[in-house]
Amino acid sequence: MRKLITPLLSGLLLLPALLPLSAQAVDGSDIMQKGGANPAAMPCITCHGTDGKGMAAAGFPRLAGLPEAYIAKQLADFKAGRRENAVMQPIAQSLTPEEVAAVAKAYAELPKVNIKPGPVERPQPGSGAWIALRGAWERNIPECTLCHGPAGVGVGDTFPPLAGQSALYIENQLKAWRGTKAVAATRKTKAVAAVPPSRRNDPNGLMAHIAVDLSEAEIKAVSDYFAGLGESKEAFDESQHRLR
Amino acid sequence: MKNAKILAALLGSICLFAGIAQAADTANTLRNSRLDDQTQLPKAPAKPVSQQYFQPPADTDIPNNAFGELVRRGQDLFMNTKALAPEYVGNEMNCVNCHIDRGRKANSAPLWAAYPMYPAYRKKNNKVNTYVERMQGCFQFSMNGKPPAADSEILTALTTYAYWLSTGAPTGKALPGRGFDEPPPPKGGYDIARGKAVYEKQCQLCHGENGEGKKVGVTSVFPALWGKDSYNWGAGMHRINTAAGFIQHNMPLGRGETLSDQEAWDVAAYINSHERPQDPRLVNGSIDETRKRYHADDGVNLYGVVVNGKKLGQGVQ
Ligand code: HEC
Ligand code: HEC
Ligand code: HEC
Ligand code: HEC
Repeated sequence: MRKLITPLLSGLLLLPALLPLSAQAVDGSDIMQKGGANPAAMPCITCHGTDGKGMAAAGFPRLAGLPEAYIAKQLADFKAGRRENAVMQPIAQSLTPEEVAAVAKAYAELPKVNIKPGPVERPQPGSGAWIALRGAWERNIPECTLCHGPAGVGVGDTFPPLAGQSALYIENQLKAWRGTKAVAATRKTKAVAAVPPSRRNDPNGLMAHIAVDLSEAEIKAVSDYFAGLGESKEAFDESQHRLR
Repeated sequence: MKNAKILAALLGSICLFAGIAQAADTANTLRNSRLDDQTQLPKAPAKPVSQQYFQPPADTDIPNNAFGELVRRGQDLFMNTKALAPEYVGNEMNCVNCHIDRGRKANSAPLWAAYPMYPAYRKKNNKVNTYVERMQGCFQFSMNGKPPAADSEILTALTTYAYWLSTGAPTGKALPGRGFDEPPPPKGGYDIARGKAVYEKQCQLCHGENGEGKKVGVTSVFPALWGKDSYNWGAGMHRINTAAGFIQHNMPLGRGETLSDQEAWDVAAYINSHERPQDPRLVNGSIDETRKRYHADDGVNLYGVVVNGKKLGQGVQ
């Protein structure tokens, strides 16, 4: 009996060596630094920052601490064209499924955004804080924090954090869900064709109608609000109730 | 005039929880009458197409004085009931979870349509129910907790908030948008299995595979729909017809009015075919007796009914 088991076991140990090269342990942080096996999958850090916190001025989003499943979903959505972006689509298309899984995991393991618990905020009607914390229910717009979590820190795998993202990035996404309406020609100007939404990947249409029904001014104000929350060095204290 | 009287009588019958919270005469009341059976709110008048729902005042109208402070305190309690009044809340719910937009949204039992309808006369037992008693009922059943005393700071603040929201609303006149405007029962009845399919597609994302809701740390974000963190078997929401109304107007979050009558009833039945905390009025420890006394003619509900081989109403801790 024992004689049989030993060769069997050593055979099992040899197995990984027989697997094709591409499936060999892909290292997530390697991809961040050096890109994927395909050179078109450029190193993520060039745009998403060495610490994964993005580049605010360019509108490159923070990836550090986003949920693993959310990152993988976005890469799949870029690949499938449900989320259109001239920069990110070719990169997502060049990543292998193994690379996607590894890099999503590696970014999820970086620190999540920390927001200090503040005093109960009493937002002013008409402000960005108002949209974030009270919504605009007369247009069926729930407060953003109802889905994106207290202080916008995100909820589970589905609702990404808004805290930690730049105003430009948040604004870009809201506009991507809106597209633009056609403008009719006048005597002096030419007609402008409608641009369909370039982001169409929200589950059950939960996000799109919100972006469509916000005004331009509200989009700007609410984006500034979340960007303005900044980041605290103190960890997000999960034992404290967050007040609405 | 006559209409008003009929309305008042009807209204008297709404107070689901009438009186039970009143420690002193609880025992007697329970024995003597069916005053605390879970009769529901009467149907609100329809809103004429050309009209708007009643518009409560804006937050900027809250005065900066002692009254305004109490209004704000009431609003804070309404939104953060679990955090600010934990000794009275036995589950993880907040008032705002079922009374959307801080009790302002039409067809989500808005406070501006409720407050001016109390004290409400109930013909059946010739009793009058106050607004405070009505809120105590929500503490006992919806929050699966213990009602604060009628003259407590908590109920005074909550009353003040509702009074302020009702600024300019007529007294004693039912307004369109009151209650949950329930859809009529579908012709072929409801179907729990179909409801499960709706749930998995449209609700699970937020409320969880086991209806447990979702939290960030200790803060509940998506409230529980069944199980220990949810409303108990005595709450108005346990009625399929009432839940169907709430759901059709308010769920999926931000996408109300998208489910058909059939879908709303099916998914409401699915939710309410799961165990939740016991009805605190449990009679002699018997589900059957409790069903007979409190659930048999309380709208459409599954308390004490056998579903998939199990009798519902066992309760969960
Ligand atoms: C040349 C710049 C650039 C590089 C390199 C780059 N990205 Fe991006 N990335 C972007 C931009 C710009 C966006 C925002 C796209 C949009 O507006 O929709 C983005 C968005 C994303 C998002 C969506 C984030 C969210 O919050 O929804 C993910 C995930 C992502 N990138 C992953 C990666 C990974 C992984 C790599 C490395 C393999 C990478 N990116 C490399 C520019 C870049
Ligand atoms: C009903 C729930 C819901 C509400 C309310 C909501 N969102 Fe979202 N939001 C989502 C979901 C779901 C996603 C993720 C979509 C996906 O999978 O790509 C999302 C994604 C986003 C993103 C993209 C984040 C990223 O990293 O790319 C932004 C920006 C955003 N929401 C802004 C807002 C703002 C601002 C508000 C308030 C005005 C708001 N959301 C309210 C559900 C919601
Ligand atoms: C689980 C959902 C739920 C929660 C949580 C909840 N309620 Fe209710 N509330 C209801 C239902 C259901 C009704 C009765 C509606 C019906 O019968 O049609 C109701 C009715 C009311 C009414 C009377 C409405 C009217 O028009 O007469 C008031 C006032 C009220 N609730 C206050 C509160 C307060 C205060 C809290 C928090 C302590 C609270 N509710 C928490 C579900 C809830
Ligand atoms: C995008 C997330 C989301 C989706 C999807 C969603 N809900 Fe909700 N639901 C909520 C939130 C958040 C509340 C509490 C609202 C508040 O506190 O302002 C709520 C409240 C409720 C309540 C009353 C409170 C309770 O716990 O009993 C019921 C019942 C309910 N939802 C049922 C449903 C049903 C049925 C569906 C699917 C048809 C659904 N929801 C889909 C987020 C969601």
